[in-house]
Amino acid sequence: MSNVLEIRWHGRGGQGAKTASLLLADVAFNTGKYVQGFPEYGPERMGAPITAYNRISDTPIRVHSNIYDPQYVVVVDETLLESVDVTKGLKKDGAIVINTAKTPDEIRPLLNGYEGRVATIDARKISIEALGKYFPNSPMLAAIVKVANIMDEDAFLEEMRGSYKHKFASKPEVIEGNMKALELALQEVR
Amino acid sequence: MGIRERLSGNEAVANAMRQINPDVMAAFPITPSTEIPQYFSTYVANGKVDTVFVPVESEHSAMSACVGSEAAGARTLTATSSCGLALMWEELYIAASCRLPIALACVNRALSGPININCDHSDSMGARDSGWIQIYAENNQEVYDNFVQAYRIAEHKDVRLPIMICQDGFITSHGVENIELLEDDVVKNFVGEYEPYGYLLDDEKGYAVGPYDNPVHYMEHKKQQTEAMKNAKKVILDVAKEFKGISGREYGLFEEYKLDDADMAIVIIGSAAGTSKDAVDELRAEGKKVGLLKLRVFRPFPAEEIAEALKNVKALAIMDRTDSYSSQGGPLGAEVRGALFSAGVAPKTVNYVYGLGGRDVKVENIKEVYAALEEILATGCVGEKFRYLSVRE
Amino acid sequence: MSSIDFITDTIGWRDITPGGEIYEGGTSAAIRTGDWRTDTPEFIADKCKQCLLCTPVCPDCAIPVKDGKRGEFDLDHCKGCGICAKVCPFGAIEMKRGEK
Repeated sequence: MSNVLEIRWHGRGGQGAKTASLLLADVAFNTGKYVQGFPEYGPERMGAPITAYNRISDTPIRVHSNIYDPQYVVVVDETLLESVDVTKGLKKDGAIVINTAKTPDEIRPLLNGYEGRVATIDARKISIEALGKYFPNSPMLAAIVKVANIMDEDAFLEEMRGSYKHKFASKPEVIEGNMKALELALQEVR
Repeated sequence: MGIRERLSGNEAVANAMRQINPDVMAAFPITPSTEIPQYFSTYVANGKVDTVFVPVESEHSAMSACVGSEAAGARTLTATSSCGLALMWEELYIAASCRLPIALACVNRALSGPININCDHSDSMGARDSGWIQIYAENNQEVYDNFVQAYRIAEHKDVRLPIMICQDGFITSHGVENIELLEDDVVKNFVGEYEPYGYLLDDEKGYAVGPYDNPVHYMEHKKQQTEAMKNAKKVILDVAKEFKGISGREYGLFEEYKLDDADMAIVIIGSAAGTSKDAVDELRAEGKKVGLLKLRVFRPFPAEEIAEALKNVKALAIMDRTDSYSSQGGPLGAEVRGALFSAGVAPKTVNYVYGLGGRDVKVENIKEVYAALEEILATGCVGEKFRYLSVRE
Repeated sequence: MSSIDFITDTIGWRDITPGGEIYEGGTSAAIRTGDWRTDTPEFIADKCKQCLLCTPVCPDCAIPVKDGKRGEFDLDHCKGCGICAKVCPFGAIEMKRGEK
C-alpha cells in the first residue's frame, strides 16, 4: 500500500533500537495515525545485530510482514555498516539516518552506492552532553522524526515530555536530560 | 465508547485478563507468551485484580493447577506457547473431559525441533483433538476481542469446555498496533460472574470430579463432550452478536473477504490473513476475481458453513502454518477438503504449508499462491496438490 | 437411595452427568462391593478384647466402630481380604473359606 510510511531500524541488541521503534510508534499514534512497531526476533544477545520496523499510515494497516523496501532507514550503530547491507531495498526518494560523528559526504561511500538522502547525527556526543551517559535512543528518535517529517517539532517535544513523564515516573531526574537530547538532535541532524 | 490505544498482542491479552479479573492464574513463562503472565502478575502485585497468581515449576503443573482450581469453582486461566503447550498435553484432555471452562492464551510458536522461537501453528494444531475450543486472531484487536468473549462461550451451560485463544507469536504478540479497548466496566458486565454447576469448595453439597469410567460409561461421556463442542458453534455466534452490541465489531466463525464472486480463493488462519487481504486488493485492482476465507474458529470446525462459502470457487488454496506429516498436507487442508467432499463442493484444490518457524509471509508470496491458482484454472491441471510456499530448492 | 443410583449400565449420554461428575460425597457406600467376596470373616465376640487393631487395617472400612467398640462386619462392603484376621491377637476373627 503506497500511502504507508515504512521505516527500518538497525541496531545492536541492548542499544534500544526496538524501544526506539516503539517510541516512534507512540509518537505517530499520538498524532492520530495508524501504526505498527515491531522487532524481528532471532537469537537475541547483547551486541548482536537486530532489526526493528515501523509502519505509519492514515488508514488501518493489515500487512504483517517485515519491511523490505522502506522509505527510511535508521542506523543506531555505525559499526553495522561493515556487516549489514543497511540500504538494501531503501527507496531512492527516501533517506537513511546514521548515528556517526562523520558528515553525510564522509559516510556515503560506505553505503553501497545509495543515491538518496544521507543524514547523520552524532547521537553519542549528544547523549553524553545531555545525559552524561550513552543512550542513543532519544537523539535517533528525534532525528528520524525530523528527517521523515513525521510531525511538527514543537508538537513532538511536547508529546515526548508527556511520554517521558509517564515512562520515567520513578526517576524524574532523567526527564530533562532526555528532553535536552531531543532538542539537540533536532538542531544537529544534518 | 471504546478507548483508542496502541498495544502489543500480549499487552492486549493481559489487559483483557485484567478487565475480566479472574479468580486464579497458574502459569509458567515461555517465549513468546512470557509477557502475558509477566504483565498480569504486576496487576496482581499492584492490586488491580483480585486474582491469585500461582507460580508453578512447569506447564504440566500449570495446567494441573488450572484443572484443580477450576474444579474448585474458581474462574481460571493460563498462557503458554510451543513446548509449554506440549508439556500440558495430558491435562488438556483432562480439562476438556472434566468439562472445565479454563481459558488459555496461546501465543503460537513452532514446536521444536529444530529449536525455534518464532511463529507457526504446530503447537495449537497439535492440540486440535484435545477437546478445547480454538479461536484464532489476525491482529491485536481480534485477540483482545476473542479473549473478552472467551468465558461467555466456555462457561455456557450447553458448552462447558475449555477454550484456547490463539495469536501469532511475535508477529502480533510483540507487534505494537492500534487497538480499541472497551471500558473496564463494560467488559466486567459483559463477562459476568462465574456460576459453576458444581464445585469442590461447595460445603453444602458434596461434589466429585474426574472419576474413573468403565467401558460401560466412557463412550457416553465422550458423546456428551462432542455434543458440547457442536453446541459451541451456536454459542460462539450468539456471544459474537452480543459482543457486537458493546463493541460495534463483528465476528463469525470465519471472515469472508471479497469471496462473493471469487473464482480463486485461499483459506488461511492468523496474521497472514491481513497480509493476504492486501494481496487480494492488489489483484482485484488488476481485475482478477480473487478472495479469501479467514478461519476464526477451528474447533468446533465449521465444515458446512465453509463448504457453503466456497461453493462457487473454482480454484482453492488451503494454507496451513504447520505440516501434519501425513505426506498429504496440513490439518486445515485435510479438514477443509473433508468439508468440501461431504458437501459435494469440488473446486480444484491445493494445500500449501507456509510460514513455518517464523518464515516471513509477504504480500508477494500470497500473490504467488493466487498466480498458481490462475495457472491451475488456465491449464485445468492441479499438478502437485501439496506444496511448500517460499522454500528454497 | 443415593443420587448416583440413576447412573446405571443402561443410561444414555443425555442423562449421564457431564464428565462423570457426582453431586454428593461418600457415594462409595452406595456400591455393594461385598458381592466380590469369596472368603468371609466371622466375628467371635467372646474372644474379642476390643483392642480395635482390626479396624484401621480394613481397606474397606467394613468394621464399624460405635462408642469405642467394634461391632459386626459390614458385609455389604467387606471383600474378605483377611487382613483383620491376621492382625487380631486373640483369634476373635476367623476366615470362612468359600462362604458368602
